[in-house]
Amino acid sequence: MHRTGELFGQYKTLEQQRETASLGMWIFLSTEVLFFGGMFMTYTLNRSTYPDIFSEASKTINLWLGAVNTVVLIASSLTMAMAVWSSQVGKKKLLTVFLVATLVLGCVFLGIKSVEYHEKYVEHHIPGWNYQFEPGADVSTNAHTQLFFSLYFAMTGLHALHMIVGAGLLLWLIRQSIRGRFTPEYNTPVENIGLYWHFVDIVWIFLFPLLYLIDRH
Amino acid sequence: MSEHQSEHHIVSPAIYSVIFGVLMICTILTVVAAEIDLNQYFGGLNIIVALTIAVFKASLVVLFFMHAKYSPKRTQMVIVASIFWLGIMLFMTMSDYVTRLWS
Amino acid sequence: MPREHYLNATYGIRSWLLTTDHKRIAMLYLVSVTFFFFIGGAFATMIRIHLLTPTGLLVTPETYNKLFTMHGVAMIFFFLIPSIPAVLGNFLLPIMIGAKDLAFPKINLLSWYIYLIGGGFVLYSFSTGGLDTGWTFYTPLSSVYSNSAVTPAVIGVFINGFSSILTGLNFIVTVHTMRAPGMTWFRMPLFVWAQYATSIIFILGTPVIAITLLLAGMERMFHLGFFNPALGGDPILFQHLFWFYSHPAVYIMILPAMGVISEIIPTFARKPIFGYSFIAASSIAIAVIGFFVWAHHMFLTGQSTYSALAFSLLSYLVAIPSAVKVFNWTSTLYKGSISYDTPMLYALGFIGLFLIGGLTGLFLACLGLDIHIHDTYFVVAHFHYIMVGGAVMGYVGGLHFWWPKITGKLYPEFLARVAAVILFIGFNLTFFPQFLLGYLGMPRRYSSYPPEFQVLNVMSTAGASILALGYLLPMIYLTWSMRYGKVAGRNPWPATGLEWQTDSPPPTENFDVTPEVTWEPYDYENRPDLGLAIEGAPTHAHGDD
Repeated sequence: MHRTGELFGQYKTLEQQRETASLGMWIFLSTEVLFFGGMFMTYTLNRSTYPDIFSEASKTINLWLGAVNTVVLIASSLTMAMAVWSSQVGKKKLLTVFLVATLVLGCVFLGIKSVEYHEKYVEHHIPGWNYQFEPGADVSTNAHTQLFFSLYFAMTGLHALHMIVGAGLLLWLIRQSIRGRFTPEYNTPVENIGLYWHFVDIVWIFLFPLLYLIDRH
Repeated sequence: MSEHQSEHHIVSPAIYSVIFGVLMICTILTVVAAEIDLNQYFGGLNIIVALTIAVFKASLVVLFFMHAKYSPKRTQMVIVASIFWLGIMLFMTMSDYVTRLWS
Repeated sequence: MPREHYLNATYGIRSWLLTTDHKRIAMLYLVSVTFFFFIGGAFATMIRIHLLTPTGLLVTPETYNKLFTMHGVAMIFFFLIPSIPAVLGNFLLPIMIGAKDLAFPKINLLSWYIYLIGGGFVLYSFSTGGLDTGWTFYTPLSSVYSNSAVTPAVIGVFINGFSSILTGLNFIVTVHTMRAPGMTWFRMPLFVWAQYATSIIFILGTPVIAITLLLAGMERMFHLGFFNPALGGDPILFQHLFWFYSHPAVYIMILPAMGVISEIIPTFARKPIFGYSFIAASSIAIAVIGFFVWAHHMFLTGQSTYSALAFSLLSYLVAIPSAVKVFNWTSTLYKGSISYDTPMLYALGFIGLFLIGGLTGLFLACLGLDIHIHDTYFVVAHFHYIMVGGAVMGYVGGLHFWWPKITGKLYPEFLARVAAVILFIGFNLTFFPQFLLGYLGMPRRYSSYPPEFQVLNVMSTAGASILALGYLLPMIYLTWSMRYGKVAGRNPWPATGLEWQTDSPPPTENFDVTPEVTWEPYDYENRPDLGLAIEGAPTHAHGDD
């Protein structure tokens, strides 16, 4: 593999290899836009059909946990960008530091997410699992609010899954970084996994207002 | 032959920090705006403000953290195309729903 | 034949199952898609036998629902969509642009394994209760009420989608970054343009059906309510999301075949193709415009006239680039020196059958008419004309055209021409009556029909048996030719693409020396190096061979 930045079989120059990998990652990210996009479509339709229900249901998820998570994730994008910079200027130790920081922040995000999910479990807001919106809610309210929560879990769940994959990729990067494998000439995996990480951040940047900030007043 | 634009433009930590600062301000802004009833001024203003801020934040991440500003044209094409295609899905599907109410 | 080539370079099952050579991966796909073609064909056989009598000859109505569903799922997702891109595209694309391999060879192999895993889930579904929702998986039947094995099938199709996505990703990146020196965009063969356009659809469309099926599957497993009206959900939303992919999917199925035809016609008319840049642009146009028309599958779901009008108009618009291609192919034939080799027979058949299929698409896009012929056999005939008369004939024609390159052997020409004619006759006899049936009112997906429709149904079944023979013959003689066929040589036709300048079969690295391209494509008049020159015409310089 390109572990040591060597030229791989079908490429003619390192530059071509680098361009190819980068274009490949961007195109993969464009598939992710459409993948999440399907759920954003579902959200758009359902929210425009049931605006009041969505507003009611949104009030029961924890705004502050969501906001803190937003800050955490954007901070992790900063540390990831700094990791890429470190690899570009050849600061290998700093690279490892920033990669670890990104991973830690990612884990904090997932930890807070678990706390949120647990809250939902306790409040019986997990669809299909003893779901009851509030004590005394009728069948219709339950059914419609369940739509919000189905979307909540589907969207944040898929997002969390992508974060877990990202965490796995970061672990691999950290291992390679500790071994000093990345140089200014060869830091393609850092850049491309960075692109993936930023994308996951962007998805959350949209999820936060759409799920947590619906007509809170 | 393939274009020779490379990713060698190095964005400085200073720029990253500034962008991070702006992103933090926008996050605070969006939470504050959600607590105010903007819908009384203009129907749907809350969601418009929220999405505008989100799009702005996302653009900063794409342009600076993901180096799109310094990337070859074809990378920028990929970004624009994916957003445009998502737009087709959202716009044309919603236009079907909205027009159903007209007939 | 060369002593060492990609087929014999290494031996043993591991060298095939762990290969990263795009040509070997293409062969792996050839075997797998042929397998699924048989599966889909088996269901088709049962359908046509069942429909010999008005009350149904073979199965109960519930089982009949499973037959047409499984026929559709197997054929569309596991045969038609991968066929040309994964077999011919994988084999030819790097060679046609002068590269040693695709941009991501390991991901290419991964694509094949993902395809197999997806196929495995679907076969599991077929054998443990089958699937009766229609290949369209409409909700809430699929997500709530069906008692068939929907969940594994949905998982299988979901997984298979990633095979497509990775193939498309590989192709796009390869075309952008791996072209040989001198191979500019407008010197690329039209087959490559077609694969590129198809890959755009793979990338932008497939993720949507992935998420849609995921949501429908989750609805089924966890009793959520996205698409279930009883829980406040919306089945029409499912249809929108489903068709957002599945309409462009039909262009995935036809664009590569059009690319094949664009290669065959100039070769056997001994003429440069007419309007190269228009054909290239029309491929991209079809890929793009194809994303704007999906709701023409939903005209009868309560759409307003405004929305229906917009989608109808756009559907007419998408026919234009297709028509451009047909005009250009025909103009290429005009004053050409035509020879009726087997690939040419398939190409000519394609043009005629695609024309009929495409024009009847316009009938369906016409709002007033669609009210009557929607969900009838008219639709069935329309899409089979394009999918079978178009895409499959393009695939089989392409297999014949490049068979000498892939195997180094020639198939028996006379038998092949006979088989092509048998296929053409069988095809028309099978599906033309279905236009009439649909127009007369026979609904699709029904296991029984009024007695007055029997004659046409019997005709259709009779045609199907001839069509089956038309498919079996090439499978037999092509396999036979691998061992007993005549040696083909580098360029038996001869044709002008880069692939014809390397050995048959090619070496693992495709070329001994990286080619440098200084000639224009389809230059049938000025390539004395290929034995193609007009007396007295100026000769172009050409690069190393």
